[in-house]
Amino acid sequence: MKVGSPWPRSLNLFHDNMLAKRIIPCLDIRDGQTVKGVNFVNIVNVGDPVELGKLYAEQGADELVFLDITATHEGRKTFVELVKRIAQNLDIPFTVGGGISEIRDAEALLAAGADKISINSSAVRNPNLIDDLVRNFGSQFVVVAIDAREANNHWTVTVNGGRIPTDKELYSWAKEAEDRGAGEILFTSMNHDGTKNGFANKELAKLSEILTIPLIASGGAGSMEHFADVFTLGKADAGLAASIFHFHEIAIPDLKHYLRTKDIVIR
Amino acid sequence: MKIVVIKYNAGNIRSVDFALQRIGISATITDDQDEIRNADRVIFPGVGEAATTMRFLKQHNLDSLICDLKQPVLGVCLGLQLMCTHSEEGDTTCLGIFPEKVKKFIPLMGDHSHYKIPHMGWNSLSELKTPLFEGLSEADYFYFVHSYYATTGADTAATCTYLNPFSAALQRDNFYATQFHPEKSGSAGSKLLSNFINLKF
Repeated sequence: MKVGSPWPRSLNLFHDNMLAKRIIPCLDIRDGQTVKGVNFVNIVNVGDPVELGKLYAEQGADELVFLDITATHEGRKTFVELVKRIAQNLDIPFTVGGGISEIRDAEALLAAGADKISINSSAVRNPNLIDDLVRNFGSQFVVVAIDAREANNHWTVTVNGGRIPTDKELYSWAKEAEDRGAGEILFTSMNHDGTKNGFANKELAKLSEILTIPLIASGGAGSMEHFADVFTLGKADAGLAASIFHFHEIAIPDLKHYLRTKDIVIR
Repeated sequence: MKIVVIKYNAGNIRSVDFALQRIGISATITDDQDEIRNADRVIFPGVGEAATTMRFLKQHNLDSLICDLKQPVLGVCLGLQLMCTHSEEGDTTCLGIFPEKVKKFIPLMGDHSHYKIPHMGWNSLSELKTPLFEGLSEADYFYFVHSYYATTGADTAATCTYLNPFSAALQRDNFYATQFHPEKSGSAGSKLLSNFINLKF
């Protein structure tokens, strides 16, 4: 029996019938290949996002995000083909994002088998896109990703991977996205992203309080404790990370075991 | 054995087909009435809005066809909700296979952290009944995405509690349905789909 889990889970009333917190690895894709995934043992083609996605699913990932960072038209077509292979091979939900700026982009991805799409800069530039996507495909299909940076106690929404500040403010934009019908918010703190010092828990908790839709936290994961914190202090519904999973700094089975010992409901 | 997935305007039908392929089953996706009637197993999937979808089913005479099916039928997500009597979504009269009603989740004021809507993510179940859950237990998690739920009653085959108890699965005679998505529920979902295909009938 595992440490910290004295009862079989079916008898543990605390864990019974609760919605589990989700662990979501994010894969960056360029021209159909994984950019960050390296050094996986027993995988022939580590660049193949399908193989990597399957491995994460087997390890207990609850969901996956595939972010297309391709700039070319050819690369986009490759991505849609890839999404179809992911849908065929993966038995957990997955979100795809990157370069979705109109209905027909989303339509192609839905037809290929995507469960959800994530929109970011395009929604900031054209907020009506959220309404249009929701009307066409339903709230459950639309994740609005928000990259924001804090300066002087003000959280400015940024676009183009955090490079360009906008006139939008984090909390009001998140609420607007919800009001327009978004099914989930994926918040990345640009101040925390890449630091490995933990998630932006204070801001996440505030977001979680003002939103009635689920909140995915991103940016800053560096240790297993950070995930425990993001679910308790940050009140997030899901925690997303990329490099710490890709570079084996944290193995998903270990992370999930750790979170269970902290009485956090995990699948 | 002939497995049919009913084709209609309801979102991501292909993921059900892909999930069946992963357990070695090739299904036919069709709206052809004879093909549906003559199938050994029928899957009625669905993601979408209740009123629009019911209208589509009626226009294509699929409503009475589904109700009259005698072979095992599996409704999924919106499929389950449309098999109930009425849905608050668009004040819609549904197929009435199960006596349950479909209601909207009402968020609690105050502590939002536990009860976001839609109910989205992995949840375990209670009081699992019927051969659909053979080999599965309360320790297994299934993937849900929904803002409306079916009430519980005599046909409830599994309960889930989120804000309030609701029917995570229903069964009456040859009709089975799950609110969660077995096609997206990892190995537990694959097991449930296999169980449905292998029902002794």
